[in-house]
Amino acid sequence: MDTLRVLIVDDEDDFRETVVKRLNARKIQAEGAASGIKALEVLKDKDFDVIVLDVKMPGMDGIETLRHVKKLKPETEVIMLTGHASVEFGLKGMQLGAFDYVMKPAPLNELLDTIGQAYNKKRGMIH
Amino acid sequence: MERNYRKLWWQHCLAIIGFSVIPLLVVNYSLYMLFDKIYTEKVEDSLRSDAENRRDAIDLFFSERVAQLYTIANTNTFAQMIDEGYLGRIFNIMHAKSDSYMDFGIIDSEGRHLAYVGPYYDMLKQVNYKNEFWFSEVRANGIYISDIFMGFRKAPHFVIAIMVREKNTSWILRATVNLKNIDDIVQKAWTGAFSDSFIVNRKNVLQTQPRFGGAFFETPALPEYMSETHKPHPYPDYSSAVATKLERVTSGGMDAFFAAVPFRNTKWILVIKENPDEILSQLVQGQHWMLLFTAAGLAIIATGAALFTNVLINRIKETDRENAANSDMLLQANKMIALSKMAAGIAHEVNNPLASIAEKAGWLKDLLAEEDIAGSANFAEFNESVDKIEQHVARARKIIHNLLGFARRMEPAKEKININNLLDETTGFLENEARYVNIRIDKKYEDSVPVITSDLSQIQQVVLNLLNNAIDAIDHDGTITVFSSYHEKTNEVEISVADTGRGIAESDLNKIFDPFFTTKEAGKGTGLGLSISYSIIEKLGGKMKVQSKVGKGTVFTILLPKH
Repeated sequence: MDTLRVLIVDDEDDFRETVVKRLNARKIQAEGAASGIKALEVLKDKDFDVIVLDVKMPGMDGIETLRHVKKLKPETEVIMLTGHASVEFGLKGMQLGAFDYVMKPAPLNELLDTIGQAYNKKRGMIH
Repeated sequence: MERNYRKLWWQHCLAIIGFSVIPLLVVNYSLYMLFDKIYTEKVEDSLRSDAENRRDAIDLFFSERVAQLYTIANTNTFAQMIDEGYLGRIFNIMHAKSDSYMDFGIIDSEGRHLAYVGPYYDMLKQVNYKNEFWFSEVRANGIYISDIFMGFRKAPHFVIAIMVREKNTSWILRATVNLKNIDDIVQKAWTGAFSDSFIVNRKNVLQTQPRFGGAFFETPALPEYMSETHKPHPYPDYSSAVATKLERVTSGGMDAFFAAVPFRNTKWILVIKENPDEILSQLVQGQHWMLLFTAAGLAIIATGAALFTNVLINRIKETDRENAANSDMLLQANKMIALSKMAAGIAHEVNNPLASIAEKAGWLKDLLAEEDIAGSANFAEFNESVDKIEQHVARARKIIHNLLGFARRMEPAKEKININNLLDETTGFLENEARYVNIRIDKKYEDSVPVITSDLSQIQQVVLNLLNNAIDAIDHDGTITVFSSYHEKTNEVEISVADTGRGIAESDLNKIFDPFFTTKEAGKGTGLGLSISYSIIEKLGGKMKVQSKVGKGTVFTILLPKH
């Protein structure tokens, strides 16, 4: 079984880097991308199982990024990360094919659960 | 902005009074002027005809005397008449039926007094009249009526003289006429307490004794005691009047009507004077009545205006109060919208750093578990600190969660609401505040409460308001109990907020939902909270009730329809 590959897309450096570190510490192969555009660049070269995508970002926002991701790598599961004020974006993301949304700031366990569920779903779909 | 109701009251009241009083005064004044004119004309007419009637009576008197004397003179011969016995008989016959004549005399063309009958025999018998002024007048005109004069007898009198031509000689019958008859007629015009009448000749010399104004042979004048200057003030001069003259004289310290009529038979003028106060007394009375009616009218108008204005001003006040309540509600709603936008903005901005803090703390915890610093002296301290950080991040998260929940609900909507969750969320806002003042919030929810369709944020606002009021009422140390239940029969959800506060006085209970009613100190409360809450619940189709006992506490109950 391959290791779970996760891409964290968030403009908040401290948050993104820390989450990546913590996921790595849990034997998850995690990478970070500081914006939607950077995330798409990374995606061209690499495959990921789950992408955690912040809804509110400068430049290309989460919804826009989600559309491109779904075109580029339709089999990748996406989890939307929303502030409370943008719950509707989370819902909209789900309509556009996101797996689920998680409210920020969420305890890591919650995020891990959702990532796990998304991964299971993807594996179920492939195998 | 507070209107100046007092000023408005006065403006309105004065406008009504002005627009009613001016026409009233104009009508009354013109009626009065018309009445005055008609009445004065009538009085003047009656004065004129009175004067003319008296003049006619005196004229008739003169005509009759002249006719009598003419008859006597022409039916008797000169020879008969100079017989004093014969003359005396004629005089006695005439005197028996009329006391007009004082004496008779027969004078020849030389002025000699040939015969005399009367009381002044000794004095007049020897007199020669040849050089008297009337002697030449009668010889020229055939008849002569004299002015009053003293003559030889040194007493005021006047004479009627008639010249008779007999063959180639002529003689004169001279009769002295009693003034009393004329005085009688003239004095009958003294009808009022201040009316006067007299006769003047063409030289404005008095021919009769007036009641007040002067004496024989003098000029008629205002008596001394009636004049302001304490000098006799002359009456207007009517000696040259040729036709009836009537006027009101208001100069020279007097105010009087004068009627002057010239005689036809003599060169005299009859003057009647009337006091306006007397003959116009009815007019003055009318004036008083009119003033009284006008005053009464003014009083009625003023009272009516005041009453009407009171009603109007009260209505305006009421409308203003309603408008103020409405605009306050609008203001409140706008404030809430602005607040919700701000809350959402702040929450989102705080979220990101909070997420970073949470992750950093989580990372520290991960490291603490991994490394072999578990044995280090400060491990327990590190661990506790990280736990505390996570705990407070969770707390901050809850606050922001509430804040966003509150903000999101500002959008008016028909949405599905779980009442118990709503109550939890709302009490969550105030739990800290309540804890500071040692107030416990008990929750007694029924599980059967269904999901209802209504406007969440508005209900939340009402509940928040009730909770705030409850905390204010308790002040400190007490319990607030929040109930929820479901009435299956009426399909209504009931929410109650009960406090153990000071309660509401019975007299205030029916006023607490009125706008601007407040028992808080000035500046502390707008008195709008409960009235807005009440109108919100009403708009949502629900009911709001209150029960209270002073010293025990208050229960506010909201009933909301399920749909």
